[in-house]
Amino acid sequence: MTWTGLGALWSHWRRNPLQLFTLVAGLALATALWSGVQAVNAEARASYDAAAATLGEGQYDQLLPAAGEDIPQETYIALRRAGWLVGPVVEGQVGPAGGQVRLVGIDPLTAPGGLGPVGGGGMDLPQFLSERPVFANADTAARIEGLIDAPVMIEPSIAPDTAITDIFVAQRLLGAQGRLNRLIVAPDQPMGRAPLEQIAPDLTRRAAQGGSDVGRLTDSFHLNLTAFGLLSFAVGIFIVHGAIGLAFEQRRAMVRTLRALGMPLRRLMALMAAELLVLALVGGVLGVSLGYLVAATLLPDVAATLKGLYGAQVSGTLQLRPSWWLSGLAISVVGAAIAATGAMVSVARMPLLASARPRAWATSRGVVRRVQMGVSFGLLGLAAVLALFGSGLVMGFGLLACLLIGAALALPLVLDGALRAASSLARGVTAQWFWADTRQQLPGLSLALMALLLAMAANVGVSTMVSSFRLTFTGFLDQRLASELYVSAESAEQARALEDFVRPRSTEVLPLLLVDQELAGLPAELYGARIGATYRDNWGLLDSAPQVWDRIAAGEAVLVNEQLARRAGLWVGDDLAIAPQRLLPIAGVFGDYGNPIGQAIISEPLFASLHPDVRATRFGLRTDDAAGLRAALTDDFGLPSNSITDQAQIKAFSLAVFERTFTVTAALNVLTLSVAGFAIFMSLLTLAGMRVPQLAPAWALGLTRRRLGQLEMVRAVVLAVLTTVCALPLGLALAWVLLAVVNVEAFGWRLPMYVFPRDYGVLALFALGAALLAAAWPARRLARTPPADLLKVFANER
Amino acid sequence: MLLSVRDLKKSYTGAEGAIPVLRGIDMEVAAGDTLALTGESGSGKSTLLHLIGGLDTADSGAIRLDGKDICQMDDAARAAVRRSSVGIVFQQFNLIPSLDIAANIAFQARLGGVYDAAGAARLSDALGLGPHMTKYPEQLSGGQQQRVAIARALAARPKLILADEPTGNLDEATAAEVMDQMLELVAQTGAALVMVTHSPRLAGQMGRQLHLRQGLLA
Repeated sequence: MTWTGLGALWSHWRRNPLQLFTLVAGLALATALWSGVQAVNAEARASYDAAAATLGEGQYDQLLPAAGEDIPQETYIALRRAGWLVGPVVEGQVGPAGGQVRLVGIDPLTAPGGLGPVGGGGMDLPQFLSERPVFANADTAARIEGLIDAPVMIEPSIAPDTAITDIFVAQRLLGAQGRLNRLIVAPDQPMGRAPLEQIAPDLTRRAAQGGSDVGRLTDSFHLNLTAFGLLSFAVGIFIVHGAIGLAFEQRRAMVRTLRALGMPLRRLMALMAAELLVLALVGGVLGVSLGYLVAATLLPDVAATLKGLYGAQVSGTLQLRPSWWLSGLAISVVGAAIAATGAMVSVARMPLLASARPRAWATSRGVVRRVQMGVSFGLLGLAAVLALFGSGLVMGFGLLACLLIGAALALPLVLDGALRAASSLARGVTAQWFWADTRQQLPGLSLALMALLLAMAANVGVSTMVSSFRLTFTGFLDQRLASELYVSAESAEQARALEDFVRPRSTEVLPLLLVDQELAGLPAELYGARIGATYRDNWGLLDSAPQVWDRIAAGEAVLVNEQLARRAGLWVGDDLAIAPQRLLPIAGVFGDYGNPIGQAIISEPLFASLHPDVRATRFGLRTDDAAGLRAALTDDFGLPSNSITDQAQIKAFSLAVFERTFTVTAALNVLTLSVAGFAIFMSLLTLAGMRVPQLAPAWALGLTRRRLGQLEMVRAVVLAVLTTVCALPLGLALAWVLLAVVNVEAFGWRLPMYVFPRDYGVLALFALGAALLAAAWPARRLARTPPADLLKVFANER
Repeated sequence: MLLSVRDLKKSYTGAEGAIPVLRGIDMEVAAGDTLALTGESGSGKSTLLHLIGGLDTADSGAIRLDGKDICQMDDAARAAVRRSSVGIVFQQFNLIPSLDIAANIAFQARLGGVYDAAGAARLSDALGLGPHMTKYPEQLSGGQQQRVAIARALAARPKLILADEPTGNLDEATAAEVMDQMLELVAQTGAALVMVTHSPRLAGQMGRQLHLRQGLLA
């Protein structure tokens, strides 16, 4: 009985391959975009975890030198002798420019347990100490093999673009004998040891941060990707819902017959669920495979973005992780279950003696309409409440979800109203029939049109955000990167000589003085600035008190970036403690786009009084003759040319990072729009098969098949235009939420919102083009429907 | 006795409250009997047929089919009775549109685990369906589709065949032809036939007739 029942159910798909294709393709597309994004996220997180696990980043307290300084090996020895259980770390770059690898040297005898490949299962200690190899993953190993004078061993757990070795090997390879960069503090320390200030007063202790710094910093980036993946998944599930709804509707008669012939309802439901499970798994496998391609295509750009924005090293190649496969298949099954629940419940509740005639799938049902309207208004109302009174990133995404789903549910009602209005204005008989017929088609097309609405709104919203960001960021770079040249010295001594050298040759020398410290209880950077014409003329402030620059220069006030101001709940006029017992009023807030952490700026003299040991090793130079100054620095001073960067280079680099950041978003945008186009195409194609009984009377009364085909095309355009008109305000609302709510919560800064009517016009043309393309084939099929098929509608005996 | 119906009552709830459709039916059908149920529209003929076939449940009374009271059975047990003992021929044919004719004829027999390919082929030939076995229902005329439905019911070798206006959708000549073939094949299998019809001519072809009026046997 089971196989006979399955055979009957399956025969429906065999006879309706297009429906089967729609269902599987919908599941595959939904799974592909979701699992592609998840793969990218998983790969990035695995890289952060590998870095944290192998280097101890974030897991342990660390002792750090002043900015630009090293830790002398003698300090390390003194600490060990005083009872401090610390492990030394030296790090630097090896390899050619553009393909450099971060080489990290550790001491396996003193590093906290399990740190790195030694002691963690990769190699035993005596072997490590005798061979002293350099560990790296396969990709990195291939890049440094032969370039360094040490054996290279492959260790897959090492973070990408990173190599780990014994500290003495690293010091030799980096030319850093006797120098250390930081000390890792073991969690359990002996009692009664001498305080740090007594043995190494120059070192500062940074507390463990319970996980990798970079992992936390990039959370919002990954959250944005996840949100996009979810949106694409939702669009795909719209397709699946449509396909399953139609298939179940068409099978109502079959279900009744099967039950009448003796198939128990419970068995029938189980078979239908099993059938869906198999289809979901097939769609899932296809989707995960497709997702792998999406992820492999996006990952290099994501890796470049994360490196540029956060300094995070992410492998540029994708690994096939079982958890990712399983989650991809699970999301496909869950998606199918969500899409099929309504149809399954409807079949389960259908009385055996109910009418076997398929309910008009393409006719509106009053109760459903009322429920839909209620849910839509409820969600839009909730969105308004969240926008007015909510706070936090989760609220931001909740607001987005309410707004998008509420608007999508409202779309059929809005379109129905518009079509009704058009119908009442129509004069000709063909026009009246056209509008009435379009209204009748609306329920059947509404899921696809909702998908189009969401895809277009996402496009409008995200492109508005990106373009607003681009405009703001470009202006910001022009302001901020005022110095014609940027130079860096290798040591504090060289920096002093460098400053003496450039002072008479530049109109202004701007030292980069900074320390990492907590401000208002948040991790931040404190800068010392030489306030002069550059700052006064170029820096635009979001908000400021009178005589802001004079007060900063006099050491009477502090300037903070927007991130710090928003996160700490401070603004102009509030006080900020820049050191114990040292409160300064905030005189201004500056925009700092792209920077993940807080910053405060004080005058150079005040900074020097607070941090007398910190010396600038990097400088911005103002000059009218950048080429001449560059030549003098390399020829006369002997500064390596790679220590000099000009303004154009930095701007180009910053903009390149920016563009790559949004390459990912743009790609997801295009994919989402394509999925929506596909949804319309499949809906029109499926409906075309059910249209014959509706079109036959119009044909019999004098409309030619060609004319009917043309009207089908016009119908697609009309619906696409109406949807586009609805998508524009929704997209702008989405952009506002992204810029004013999500961005502020995720990154700590707010962007001004600009509108780009030309871009929206182009997008509308794309949408119309997609609708026309989607309608072309079904319309052609309708126009070529054989008269015999149309006549069958009128036959008594069919 | 193959079928025994005792004091069978059934009502439906409408806007005006409970509407009695069957108000105490008693009847018996022996193996090999052919019985016509006649009556005006709304007299309860189809409801009685549905109750006997286990497609619906009675308010009270008993329907004993082969000694077992199907009124006391749950949905799954009634489904099992339909698979094994009852063949139903509907006015609307109710073929499975996505299965070809051969699969449609074999379908109920397969469900009941009594499929006999040779027997099904003989039935198909006897009903003139041989050339159409690989076609789909939509490619056949109404008369041909009803022949397929009859073949499907007979191929399952049921003890009782229930036919609800089996020729109601066919023209007179085709209806007569289909009816003759059905009666002949039913007689060959030894099954009992209970048929709902409005046609006095068709009713006259059956061994017995029962007339329903306002939910009671007249």
